[in-house]
Amino acid sequence: MINSLFLISHSGDIFLEKHWKSVISRSVCDYFLEAKEKAGDPENVAPVLQTPHHYLISIYRGKLFFLSVTQTEVPPLFVIEFLHRVADTFQDYFGDCSEVLIKENTVTVYELLEEMLDNGFPLATESNVLKEMIRPPTILRSVVNTLTGGSNVGGTLPTGQLSNVPWRRAGVKYTNNEAYFDVIEEIDAILDKSGTTVFAEIQGVIEACVKLTGMPDLTLSFMNPRLLDDVSFHPCVRFKRWESEHVLSFIPPDGNFRLMSYHVSSQNLVAIPVYVKQNISFLETGSCGRLDITIGPKQTMGKTVESLMVTIPMPKSVLSVNLTATQGTYTFDLTTKVVLWDVGKLNPQKLPNLRGSISIQTGAPKPEENPSINIDMKLQQLAISGLKVSRLDMYGEKYKPFKGVKYVTKAGKFQVRT
Amino acid sequence: MSSSSAFNEEKGGSSSVGEPEYGHDPASGGIFSSDYKRHDDLKEMLDSNKDSLKLEAMKRIVAMIARGKNASDLFPAVVKNVACKNIEVKKLVYVYLVRYAEEQQDLALLSISTFQRGLKDPNQLIRASALRVLSSIRVTIIVPIMMLAIKEAASDMSPYVRKTAAHAIPKLYSLDPEQKDQLIEVIEKLLADKTTLVAGSVVMAFEEVCPERIDLIHKNYRKLCNLLIDVEEWGQVVIINMLTRYARTQFLNPNINESLLEEGGGGEKTFYGSDEDEDEDEEEKEKKAEAAAMAKRKPYVMDPDHRLLLRNTKPLLQSRNAAVVMAVAQLYFHLAPKAEVGVIAKALVRLLRSHSEVQYVVLQNVATMTIKRRGMFEPYLKSFYIRSTDPTQIKILKLEVLTNLANETNISTILREFQTYIKSMDKDFVAATIQAIGRCATNIGEVRDTCLNGLVQLLSNRDELVVAESVVVIKKLLQMQPEKHSDIIKHMAKLTDNIQVPMARASILWLIGEYCEHVPKIAPDVLRKMAKSFTNEEDIVKLQILNLAAKLYLTNSKQTKLLTQYVLNLAKYDQNYDIRDRARFIRQLIVPTEKSGALSKYAKKLFLALKPAPVLESPFKDRDHFQLGSLSHLLNAKAGGYQELPDWPESAPDPSVRNVEVPEWTKCSSREKRKEKKVEKPFYSDSEGESGPTESADSESDSASGSESGSGSEGSGSASESEESGEVSVSEEEEGEEEEKKTKKRELKKAVQESESEQSSEEEDRKHERKMKQRKSDSESESDEEEESESESSQSESDDSESEAEVRKKKKAAESKPPSKPVKKETKKEKKEMSLLDLDDFEPAPSPQVTPVNNLLSNSLVTDLEGLSLSEAVLSPATIAPSSALKSYELLHRITGEGLSVEYCFSRQPFSPDANMVAVQMQFTNSSTSDTKNLHMEDVKLQSGMRVKDFPEIESLPAGETATAVMGIDFCDSTQAANFQLCTHTRKFFVSIQPPVGELMRPVFLTENEFKKEQGQLMGMNEITEKLTLDAKCRNEHTIVQRVTTAANLSRVPCGSDRECSLSNVPVKCSLNVSLLVTSRVTIYRSTRSSGLGLAIQVLERVILRSLGTAGQKCTITKGKKPD
Repeated sequence: MINSLFLISHSGDIFLEKHWKSVISRSVCDYFLEAKEKAGDPENVAPVLQTPHHYLISIYRGKLFFLSVTQTEVPPLFVIEFLHRVADTFQDYFGDCSEVLIKENTVTVYELLEEMLDNGFPLATESNVLKEMIRPPTILRSVVNTLTGGSNVGGTLPTGQLSNVPWRRAGVKYTNNEAYFDVIEEIDAILDKSGTTVFAEIQGVIEACVKLTGMPDLTLSFMNPRLLDDVSFHPCVRFKRWESEHVLSFIPPDGNFRLMSYHVSSQNLVAIPVYVKQNISFLETGSCGRLDITIGPKQTMGKTVESLMVTIPMPKSVLSVNLTATQGTYTFDLTTKVVLWDVGKLNPQKLPNLRGSISIQTGAPKPEENPSINIDMKLQQLAISGLKVSRLDMYGEKYKPFKGVKYVTKAGKFQVRT
Repeated sequence: MSSSSAFNEEKGGSSSVGEPEYGHDPASGGIFSSDYKRHDDLKEMLDSNKDSLKLEAMKRIVAMIARGKNASDLFPAVVKNVACKNIEVKKLVYVYLVRYAEEQQDLALLSISTFQRGLKDPNQLIRASALRVLSSIRVTIIVPIMMLAIKEAASDMSPYVRKTAAHAIPKLYSLDPEQKDQLIEVIEKLLADKTTLVAGSVVMAFEEVCPERIDLIHKNYRKLCNLLIDVEEWGQVVIINMLTRYARTQFLNPNINESLLEEGGGGEKTFYGSDEDEDEDEEEKEKKAEAAAMAKRKPYVMDPDHRLLLRNTKPLLQSRNAAVVMAVAQLYFHLAPKAEVGVIAKALVRLLRSHSEVQYVVLQNVATMTIKRRGMFEPYLKSFYIRSTDPTQIKILKLEVLTNLANETNISTILREFQTYIKSMDKDFVAATIQAIGRCATNIGEVRDTCLNGLVQLLSNRDELVVAESVVVIKKLLQMQPEKHSDIIKHMAKLTDNIQVPMARASILWLIGEYCEHVPKIAPDVLRKMAKSFTNEEDIVKLQILNLAAKLYLTNSKQTKLLTQYVLNLAKYDQNYDIRDRARFIRQLIVPTEKSGALSKYAKKLFLALKPAPVLESPFKDRDHFQLGSLSHLLNAKAGGYQELPDWPESAPDPSVRNVEVPEWTKCSSREKRKEKKVEKPFYSDSEGESGPTESADSESDSASGSESGSGSEGSGSASESEESGEVSVSEEEEGEEEEKKTKKRELKKAVQESESEQSSEEEDRKHERKMKQRKSDSESESDEEEESESESSQSESDDSESEAEVRKKKKAAESKPPSKPVKKETKKEKKEMSLLDLDDFEPAPSPQVTPVNNLLSNSLVTDLEGLSLSEAVLSPATIAPSSALKSYELLHRITGEGLSVEYCFSRQPFSPDANMVAVQMQFTNSSTSDTKNLHMEDVKLQSGMRVKDFPEIESLPAGETATAVMGIDFCDSTQAANFQLCTHTRKFFVSIQPPVGELMRPVFLTENEFKKEQGQLMGMNEITEKLTLDAKCRNEHTIVQRVTTAANLSRVPCGSDRECSLSNVPVKCSLNVSLLVTSRVTIYRSTRSSGLGLAIQVLERVILRSLGTAGQKCTITKGKKPD
């Protein structure tokens, strides 16, 4: 399956290599680096490349390339999914998945990779099992280790591997037993020039933070489960129960995890919380243009739109912008040509407005296309689809847990065409 | 310690505690700059006694390995620490070993004994880790040791060690392919493993070592399907991919009919087909029509195993793992009937929300799918709309999908969407959009002109790339109908002044040359201009200039002769030899000289031949011959180790190869028979009415087995539990078989004794029936059997059985005087039986004549039981006659049985030879044209404890006749089915009888006082009280009693008040008291003398309660008391 893994930095520096089968020279990465050069934008590097003797499958995460080398047929998604799982594990262990952190923790990284794959086939990918074998580094532990000569490799063997609920370790104990669920919904939408919705749908996830003693068996039910058009679950969820009763029944993993993700069909009308009045124009003569954007609340269900952020990638020929914002601040990145306007809270009484002029390179032709506007926002205490959790029941344990549900709506890929 | 302290001195005591501080970043390497020195230090540290020093050293070494630095010279120093006590040091040493052992084979051997010791460790995890490292060391000399270790581990107690063994198999195989045969043996052994832990790993090993040995899967197929949902994600992917291939070799194409029709329709689409082509087409069509007709004649019935696979993989579409979802999607795409493939679309669209790499792969696959099955993704059209923030490669793939999805109805929305894309800043994307528009225009005639106009407008775009791309696309479009668009050609001719993109220039020149008769004035002028700039053009343009010149020379030689000569001369001295060649070739062809051969006569034909318009095809067309989701599919080239997805077989291989010892044979064998039947006697399969019921029957048995498998794997939600229970049942099975043999022997003896009396009564019965039948067939038209629809005939048959049953019962009751009645109970029952004859009996409940079955109720009952049953139910609701007193069940269908149909009912009569047995009355009907002889049963397979008393052999059953026989089955108070073979002189049929719970018991007669007394002893834990809301119809006592007694074999206790009491007794072990109060309260008392009956009793309770609940008002059954 997976022969080798190379971690390559944004700039093309190979800073870590791991082989699960015979060693493959790192010169194989040259093909990739070549493709990367050609693609320009790292996002445009094809995830699967063919070289004379190997196949390179890569992902781009946290300004890093995870490049895996394989010699034989393998489902590409299998490798891609695994690489993302590796990146997730790093994030889980070190707080972030970045070059610096990985370099700092090379040995832990190496130990993790050793446990995650055996002969190129995934062995232990549950973070719960891994954490039992290799403890994540903490400041306290590293201090203790230096004093006592202890290690961060667990003395215990991976018992989780043997369990029939591999996602949960045995003997969990908490003094405060609590279970929190965050229902996070994202609106994906494309609005056209006139503000009508071209396409809109809601993608939601339920992130859980469960800290419960023992082996609790939870049942989460919804007021309106029919709303959910398409769902995918953490392996802990009993699918049959969902099929028959539309409740989520599961023995939760310990700590943070994503319980389910769902999709609310685009057939249902999706409420669009904001409207955007925009006018971006480039003058035919003279090298300048005008920009005028106003944002107002539309269907907010009585909640305030917060952390409003507007991103406008300008055409490459734009030299600079001279704008004034009635609220918040704006920045213009000279290299990426992106205008970023951080609005903050949306005040319905006084609508935020950004206007001013754009100057274009002299001699450059008028840009063909107006830039599209990407919007980011947040609405607290609201699931825009109307999904509601009705109750959470616990079986199998005696104590009474503290339960909490939070709703948040965010803008996903929310784009306004101009 | 000495070396360590020496080291400390040398380092100058950088740390006060005597432990040198080496920093927390082993990767930095810090102070140690020169290589040899660092290695010396590391060696010293490794030699020290302190674990912390060793650990530090190992960390640095591993960091070196991680960065790709060579640390091989440390091998001797490191390998010494392989037996180190500290786990982390040990692990790091393992890492080092695995990395460098291949380079230092001799030294690596030093470590082997440590691992060999580890293999014997009592701790399973240590055994596993030793095996893992041992197998990872790529040293050929230890191959025998590895082989031995793998073999041993494959039969280890711990599933985790077995899993590791499975992982080790491909390692050894890559090290020494000669071990293949031995490894296959191990794989075969591990494939039989029943744990989910092992399943994924062993299939992975199978795929790497012997993917061609598909025969190894047969026996494990069903197990793999059933385990699938509990296997870890990565194993699921591998298993699903393998099973896809397996299914392609073993099952029939479910879309055989449709695909034929589809292709037949597609044949018309050939655009510029010559006459010969058409002939061929017609022939092909004929062939296809024939094949389709064939297919129609032989309706497709899906193999239950095929269905099993589809059903068990479907939930995995909800997996969080994109690879699993994709694997299921490709399985459905390749294996599912067309109507069912749709379910995957939603899941795939969901994946589009994931990381861009996932999107990339998914979109590639979706693009391939949309070509074959456009309808599937049409509802999700908008999900493929492109955002300006998407990476270019994603945009282009989405565009591809959108183009594939375009049809007459949605083209306007798609074109509007394309319009916005054309303005994008991403020029590659714009070019792709223009291509896409071109494709839409060629595929959908209605919008061709609109598209063309739009593209022409783009010709005045400021961006040259856009213009060039438009030119190329327009060129292709114009080829379809050039005469209408000479103005566009003119317009394009003008563009030659401005456009510099070679491809576009070449396209324009080609167009002008090709259609020079439409633009007679402009063409020579264009050639003049081109001749001027010839030397500066790109090669591709030069070739087109030559073409243009040649064509003009042939059509308009007057004006262009000199120009052509000039161009040819220029080309003659061109640097590129392709161009020189072309020039020479053209000159010889068009300029008539004395030397030029006969060819020049045909020059015009050669150059100005009618050229077929290019078909703009998706690059994803026909990619589906690669298994979707595979690397090969993505690259559109066969990757190393790719296993071709085989074509569907013409006829299905023997499905019985998948049978395992656990008898699951009833359904598949009957199916097999059915098929054979059809081949042999087209008479039956001709009529449409036949095929319907057959299929439905099939699907029913499917659903039954589905619930079975579901209860196997789901119930606990945990892998090991279900697995345990599986093992237990197997062992029970074996016991059961042994026991069954014994009982058989015993019964044989008994049978001999009793056969005489039995025989005589049976004969009398038969006579009577024959008369009945005679009468019946007289009244009906002669050809009834052939003409009648299935349902009708079954109805009449059941009518038959009903009346017969009545008669039979009376006779039986009258004459049955069993020789021995040892138990007191028996006599009681006998009394009751006798009383049956008295019509003024005060106890109507158990008598079948007076309990009409509510059809609705009985249906729900059957479904209820089916849902609850542990093994496949043979109960088919279709056979329930609306007004028959006893529900009869189908044992053998007329078609399956080649004319012999068998129905059975529970007669609720005491079975005289053995009081503990339930009497099953079977009715044989021979509707074939020949006599059936020697009807008897054989090869009884039972759960442990169960016993069967065979019915006496029926020597011959003439055509059209009906016979009845009674057999006794002691179900041992379980609802397990009794499986046996029904044999005639020619054939054997596998059949099974499964009792509804209500039939397992035997009513006992008690007086009111006795009942009260019994009841008094069964309070508390044994009491279940339910409140039911009964609808108006069944408020009266009579209906309630009726309903309960139809559901279960209970008898009513006479009592004075309006309080109703019934009571019954399950053979030997348990008694059940039901008291019904008309005030709509039901109390059930169970005696708990035996605990083995928990399930049956529970089921019964439900049956009773359900029988009282009405269709509208579901009575919820929540038990206050737990069953013990």
